[in-house]
Amino acid sequence: MTEGQKSPGQKSAGQTAQAQMRRLLSLVPYLRKHDGAAIADVAEAFGVSPQRIREDLNVLWMCGLPGLSPGDLIDIDMDAVDGEGVIHLSNADYLTRPLRLAADEALALILALRTLRGVTATEDREAIDRALTKLESVAGERSNRFGGQAEVAVTGGREDLRATVTDALRRGKRLELTYDVASRAETTHRFVDPLRVFVLEGFGYLDAWCYLANGLRSFRLDRIASIRVTDTDVAEHHVELRDVSLGWFDALKDAPLVTLALDRSATWVAEYYPMESVTPADDGGLTVTTRVSDPAWLRGLLLRLGGGARVLSPEGAGDSAADAASEALDQYAALAG
Amino acid sequence: MAPRKTERILNLTICLLVTRTFLPKSRIREIVDGYHDLSDQAFERTFERDKEELRKLGIPLQVGSYDPLFDDEPGYRIERSAFELPPIELDAEEAAVVGVAARSWQHTAVAESTRSALAKLRAAGIEPDAGRLASLEPSVSANEPAFEPLWHAVLDRARVSFTYRGGETRTLEPWGMTSNKGRWYVIGYDTARKATRMFKLSRIPDTPRRVSKEAAYDVPADLDLRSLARSLAPDEPRASAIIAIRPGRAPGLRRHGRGLPAERLEQLTHAWPQGFDVVEVPYADAGYLCEEVVGYAADAVVLEPAELRVAVIDQLRTVAATRSVSRRYAATVGSAEEAVR
Repeated sequence: MTEGQKSPGQKSAGQTAQAQMRRLLSLVPYLRKHDGAAIADVAEAFGVSPQRIREDLNVLWMCGLPGLSPGDLIDIDMDAVDGEGVIHLSNADYLTRPLRLAADEALALILALRTLRGVTATEDREAIDRALTKLESVAGERSNRFGGQAEVAVTGGREDLRATVTDALRRGKRLELTYDVASRAETTHRFVDPLRVFVLEGFGYLDAWCYLANGLRSFRLDRIASIRVTDTDVAEHHVELRDVSLGWFDALKDAPLVTLALDRSATWVAEYYPMESVTPADDGGLTVTTRVSDPAWLRGLLLRLGGGARVLSPEGAGDSAADAASEALDQYAALAG
Repeated sequence: MAPRKTERILNLTICLLVTRTFLPKSRIREIVDGYHDLSDQAFERTFERDKEELRKLGIPLQVGSYDPLFDDEPGYRIERSAFELPPIELDAEEAAVVGVAARSWQHTAVAESTRSALAKLRAAGIEPDAGRLASLEPSVSANEPAFEPLWHAVLDRARVSFTYRGGETRTLEPWGMTSNKGRWYVIGYDTARKATRMFKLSRIPDTPRRVSKEAAYDVPADLDLRSLARSLAPDEPRASAIIAIRPGRAPGLRRHGRGLPAERLEQLTHAWPQGFDVVEVPYADAGYLCEEVVGYAADAVVLEPAELRVAVIDQLRTVAATRSVSRRYAATVGSAEEAVR
């Protein structure tokens, strides 16, 4: 997982040559439909910076019909661009429609819709299915193949449960939940004000203000055992929701660090959980450092791994697992006795 | 692409789109800005590269004879009906879900593909308003280093070669990719093993290399990734265990099991703690179930089968032995703390 974190050196949106060429071919029909559009709005619609749009315009007005005499060039009112920051484009009657969807574009969008489908219910889900059918039909024969060439499964719990969450979000009502807390391995009962549904790494979650914890909590949808909408309106909560694009790292950034020695049999742990550092050890295992916000999670992990993981630091961080194991052994002994 | 090159490619596209007849290369060289000043050799090279750029953009280039009497030189054009996005209309709800979904991809290259797909839809008159569904935030990530090369190989139908599980080199005709619980898998035809295989991307430490040209093989027309992934994934449950669970605890285990009828309870050889619920849990992999049960420590007691019970007790002993200081000492410290409070 370590390699996957966003690096600041990443190319910003729309910077590659291919991306620009694709954008130019969409920009012309778009601007023909939106005469006088503000650069800022166009930039937002295309998901790039205003500077990028200005660069595009500088390319476009050098292009046109073969011959490129003044009457052949695409006409852009550059005074309006520099002055009011709006775009008037004309003399490009041959580019009235965008280029068809390429395979990568169709597949990316289809998978994104299927992901969203995994956490939605009823009307939204029907709209997704209709949109998918339409997109697959315009992407043509080729994309029927492409649409089948990748699949994303989202674990998002039962559909009736998702429908209840959606309903509560729409109407702004408080929810009553029965929820399985995996790290503590116990079932809890609580009232929450729903704020958002999100998908992260293949699981659907509900972000909500929790009255049991008295704070913002994320609930995995498939661990909600039962749910009910109450008649109570949600209260106002001034909380900042997690930036999903940062993954779980951000949520854990203030949690204490724990260093583990993983045997060869336990190296999968480095793939499954966010790691601060991963170093190969001589015996084919790994030395990993991870952030642990909940001691119960670490206890459960150490128990599951058996002897496959040892805590290197801080000293004693693994003792609660050893104690839990002793307690379980005592119980087996007592039952046998 | 330098601005000059982008201009040339766009001019070439426009030129081939507006022409009524197939244009020979010589004519293209005369009328498209950017080709005039090149030597014969440089022109040939540049023109070939530009054709490749068009192909990569998904612009369909038609090759035909421009002159029925002298058909020795091929001509080029772009057929408008193959170039243009067919008519598509989305209602407000459909446009909204597309707008929300388009924000999903966290992977840079695929996010770029989504962005340009959305730009095309906007250029076709669709106005995705994601604001209507502000409380939905989907995301798809692909952090495995092998993802991007495999994604392109799937799209291009190019054979790839990679190291798997830090050892063997595998050669695959990738048919497709699936993601489950946030992990990516590639499915295809393993040419050395002559069989359909599935590989987990996180187990491919190096960057897969292409070992063929594009369109090197055919993907089965009836490809069903979901059922293939299921058939290649770990087994369906074939055995079942009987486990006593503390009330309100080990919900994952409890949910996969079902309560045991009274007559079967009477037949059990081992006793269980008072008040615990006894459930039957189906499983495919004894090792995995053992780990899960040990994870619940004293909240779950295995009653049957005997092998699982022994394995769980063994693993508990291993973990109990990892204590950093002796239990007796720790217990003293613990009670001293209690006393101070």
